[in-house]
Amino acid sequence: MKTFEYARAESPADAVRKFAPGAMYLGGGTNLVDLMRLGVARPDHLVDVSRLPLDAVEEAGDRVRIGAAVRNSDLAAHPLIRSRYPMLARALLAGASGQVRNMATVAGNLLQRTRCAYFQDVTRPCNKREPGSGCPAIEGDHTNLAILGASHACVATHPSDMAVALAALDAEVHVTGPGGDKIIPMPGLHRLPGDAPERDTVLDPGDLITGVELPAPPPGASLYRKVRERASFAFALASIAAVLDVRDGTVAGCRIALGSLAHAPWRAERAEQVLVGGPATGEAFLTAAEAELEQARALPRNAFKVPLARNLIVRALEELAS
Amino acid sequence: MDITLKVNGVSRTVAVDPRTSLLDLLRERLGLIGAKKGCDHGQCGACTVLIDGRRANACLALAVAMDGREITTVEGLAQGDDLHPLQAAFIEHDAFQCGYCTPGQLCSAAGMLGEPGPSAVTGDILVDPDLTPEEIRERMSGNLCRCGAYVNIVSAIAEVAP
Ligand SMILES: Cc1cc2nc3c(=O)[nH]c(=O)nc-3n(C[C@H](O)[C@H](O)[C@H](O)COP(=O)(O)OP(=O)(O)OC[C@H]3O[C@@H](n4cnc5c(N)ncnc54)[C@H](O)[C@@H]3O)c2cc1C
Ligand code: SF4
Ligand code: FES
Ligand code: FES
Repeated sequence: MKTFEYARAESPADAVRKFAPGAMYLGGGTNLVDLMRLGVARPDHLVDVSRLPLDAVEEAGDRVRIGAAVRNSDLAAHPLIRSRYPMLARALLAGASGQVRNMATVAGNLLQRTRCAYFQDVTRPCNKREPGSGCPAIEGDHTNLAILGASHACVATHPSDMAVALAALDAEVHVTGPGGDKIIPMPGLHRLPGDAPERDTVLDPGDLITGVELPAPPPGASLYRKVRERASFAFALASIAAVLDVRDGTVAGCRIALGSLAHAPWRAERAEQVLVGGPATGEAFLTAAEAELEQARALPRNAFKVPLARNLIVRALEELAS
Repeated sequence: MDITLKVNGVSRTVAVDPRTSLLDLLRERLGLIGAKKGCDHGQCGACTVLIDGRRANACLALAVAMDGREITTVEGLAQGDDLHPLQAAFIEHDAFQCGYCTPGQLCSAAGMLGEPGPSAVTGDILVDPDLTPEEIRERMSGNLCRCGAYVNIVSAIAEVAP
């Protein structure tokens, strides 16, 4: 590991002030320390933001504010989240292990990096790690990489479970930084790779996530489902966060976000549009899933994700409708 | 950098390189070799310790970030010659073979018993569930055992679970 200077921030403003060129913020470290050990992340300074007083989950009218330093396990166990946003609690509990969730913070979870094996291996080229060096995943192992919104430069997926639920809930990410404060609506935090896969998000250098705000939960039944290679403690091959509001057999409202299929949590807007105002039938669900996945571009080894995503959407909606 | 932390009840002040993990600090500087290095990536749980009473992977924690924290390792679970109930249950149930994963399993189980709330397999998310074998398996999924002693590990923990 390359050496670096360590400093602890006392307040969000202090964190931004301490963010020198070459610095990175440190949350629970569960992703960053690993990437530093692999030589993928090489910060000159670490600004520890894990003890900032951003550790509360609070009601604000019909909204809920979550501090950036809240641990994933505390968020999942919080009564407000369990009762009002069960899909978010489910998404958190589907991720990582008890140990990792105890360390991981909300901000760190959002900003965790792809699990693409080439990205993590500094002996291989990778446009995300080394812009312009190439993308060996396109010809090589892309089994768990993107089928939606990828580019010729990068086919990586964002691996977070929590971010998928936040995308379905229209959460807002609150940020402070050298350029002032801003509010970024999900799923707008993460970018598609385009020609600049080195940029995962729309954040600028020194931007500090201070929290996440959830609007009132949308009406209807909700769920989070994750498909993975083993029953627990594995990243998703595909996941879905869905909300369905059926009135008299008609879809009054619908939210669908897909995980591990794109460089960002993927809001299935085409499917939502097809469904709203129509019948809540298996046939309609299939039509909606197919409308969304028309834009899928699979590679040879991840073509299985197209039917997987289709079946996941249909099954989730059928379960919510019944 | 100088940091002070309480390890198994004893206050320790040490000068650490910022790159040192909590795991390397415990094993190589403080002589506490109970926590094991299985993968150094958060994937196996062999390095599990309690940080302020909560289970965590010592391989992913930077020692400098632990200033002021209380750390409990497997060496700190027993009270003198009295084994921790989980340790006694592991012996009783033959819950290990080579023993490499055992310190991590014990610390993880000790932490897990203090974590009510739902898990990924809980039916009603509003209710804190009973620790059935299914719940225990899910909650312990961050601890791998190469010897496959899982069946006995789960029964040992179930005996201690409320
Ligand atoms: C073995 C293993 C299995 C896992 N399985 C899953 C899984 O199934 N599903 C899943 O979703 N995740 C999984 N994870 C990933 C885990 O959820 C993330 O590592 C964790 O959420 C990151 O949070 P952290 O606080 O530790 O972030 P850190 O590692 O500290 O930081 C991550 C990134 O966020 C930045 N950062 C941190 N805080 C802030 C802030 N306030 N403002 C701006 N930038 C900030 C850091 O600079 C860094 O770039 C797994 C991890 C491991 C090790
Ligand atoms: S898919 Fe993206 S992260 Fe993976 S090797 Fe290609 S450029 Fe790198
Ligand atoms: S050594 Fe820490 S989890 Fe494997
Ligand atoms: S007893 Fe050998 S690894 Fe678990």
